[in-house]
Amino acid sequence: MTPEISNRNVKSDLSIEYQKFIGRKIFFLISLILGIILLGGYAATQGSAELSVLNVYSTIGAKFFPGAFETNWFSEQIVWGLRLHRIFMAIVGGIGLAIAGAVMQGILKNPLASPFTLGISSAAGFGASLAMIMGAGFVGGEYLIIGNAFIFTFFASLAVLGLAKYKGITSETLILAGIAVSYIFSAMTSFLQYLGDADQVQGVVFWMMGSLGRSSWDKAAIVAGIILLCFPYLLLRSWDINAMGTGDETAKSLGVNVERTRVLCMMLVSVIVASIVCFTGTIGFIGLVSPHITRMVIGGDNRFLLPASALVGALLLLGADTVARTILAPVILPVGIMTSFIGVPFFIYLFLRKKKELF
Amino acid sequence: MVKITIKDLTFSYASNKILDNLNVVIDSSEILSLVGPNGSGKTTLIKCMDRILRPKGSILLDARKLEDMSGVEIARVFGYVPQSSSTPLNTTVFDTVLMGRRPHISWRVSDADLDKVAETLELLHLEKFSMRDFSQLSGGQKQKVLIARALCQEPEVLLLDEPTSNLDMKHQLDVMETISSLVKEKGISAVMAIHDLNLASRFSDKLAMLMGGKVYAVGSPNALITESNIGYVYGIEAQVMNDLDKPYVVPIRSMSASTVCS
Repeated sequence: MTPEISNRNVKSDLSIEYQKFIGRKIFFLISLILGIILLGGYAATQGSAELSVLNVYSTIGAKFFPGAFETNWFSEQIVWGLRLHRIFMAIVGGIGLAIAGAVMQGILKNPLASPFTLGISSAAGFGASLAMIMGAGFVGGEYLIIGNAFIFTFFASLAVLGLAKYKGITSETLILAGIAVSYIFSAMTSFLQYLGDADQVQGVVFWMMGSLGRSSWDKAAIVAGIILLCFPYLLLRSWDINAMGTGDETAKSLGVNVERTRVLCMMLVSVIVASIVCFTGTIGFIGLVSPHITRMVIGGDNRFLLPASALVGALLLLGADTVARTILAPVILPVGIMTSFIGVPFFIYLFLRKKKELF
Repeated sequence: MVKITIKDLTFSYASNKILDNLNVVIDSSEILSLVGPNGSGKTTLIKCMDRILRPKGSILLDARKLEDMSGVEIARVFGYVPQSSSTPLNTTVFDTVLMGRRPHISWRVSDADLDKVAETLELLHLEKFSMRDFSQLSGGQKQKVLIARALCQEPEVLLLDEPTSNLDMKHQLDVMETISSLVKEKGISAVMAIHDLNLASRFSDKLAMLMGGKVYAVGSPNALITESNIGYVYGIEAQVMNDLDKPYVVPIRSMSASTVCS
């Protein structure tokens, strides 16, 4: 065998091995999608009115293929009118929060970064508190709380960017500015709570625990639309986020416009998270842990990490909400409480059993 | 081989001037080592050449101004090897090296890109580590992976920042021999900031001796590594011996220390 042929074989073997490695990541993605479909179907059976899984899927199928599936008015009202929009909100909310977490951890090069590193949860809490306690806000009527939460989260992101820009946009300045903004909004929220009466404060506390109980098809569609608009750009930037994970200098040497990518990604993440938080309140943990769980399974390549984290986030939030709805039924717990109870044991399991080699 | 003309290059961190109207021309396929004491501007010059830092003055690649080129265009000319590098958590060696293809791909990775990575890993004898997590490698292996990543950019010039720092003698030689053979095999040039004068002398075709942010002298190791030059630039008393046709420096004492003692 000539040396050239030998080299060719080595190259081919490595490429083939890598392609198999990629194939396993794609298999993981497909498994997650199937998991969400199955869990979504199961979640739709849970509630005071009893429905079988078959009944649920028939009702969903009948909507898209009338005549091909059997259903009835009662099932349709329960599935489409009461349960499915909440499930859909859990899925898109989980997707959005997890994407935001993965992107933030990548561009800030910090494993503790989450969608709320920029002070978003504190700002949303302040916006909601302002509406609930003082009745003040930018948008009137039924959108008072939602509008306030959205606008203040966006203000918080701009404030963080502005502060960081003053010293140069690096991961350190962004995190420090996020901490400063977060504490300012927390202090202002505490001040408002001090002024409010017991009912108002209770309302604020419940809002900040996070709940999918306020979801509707319209709200879920808005969140889904925003994710659909923002996610393609973030996915296109996945090579740049990979490079930024190696440090700003290396990323620049690979041709990445580090500052512009960081600012654009942060703005899109802020819009995604603001759109979720304003409808659901602050749901922690999903954005922080979904990327870590995913990274432990398929590695840190953001081309796959971003979509897979999104699906893991959807599974986690949907699972947490399903348990929150059923564990003390008919009492429905806020999903923000359940996300950690559901996710942490799974996270610890992966953390402890993780072998050194990927896959 | 691209001709690099550096003219009146000045760079400061706040009021601390690191490069001070530095001028040098690099125009052949060779290893040029930037040597000089701490703070003389070696690493800063490397980073300015790769446009990681934005200096005053001009850097011309043939007739093109570096500042007029996009990041991707620069990344196709210069492959940068940092002193050390982390990767995102849970990243394989293959993925780390594949990142070097970033200046050539938008999103989709072609078979040719994968083959390029495989070929580079094989060239640097890293193939058996390809699916290992980068963070699990030894210092010497990591350095070679970073060189492989830079090579995957298909650059005309490798820029290396202290490639042998924190490595033991075996790995220092291993890395330097790798760089030396790559320059010969690929017909590219390498510019490296390096502290170890003896390694620089042994493996470089040319040295640029920096002092106070300026180029003090440029020339072959034999011409530049003299007791008087080392005394003037480093402020030390040293004995220069000749071994394997290359000068070899034995530092004796710091001049300031000898002054104090006397």
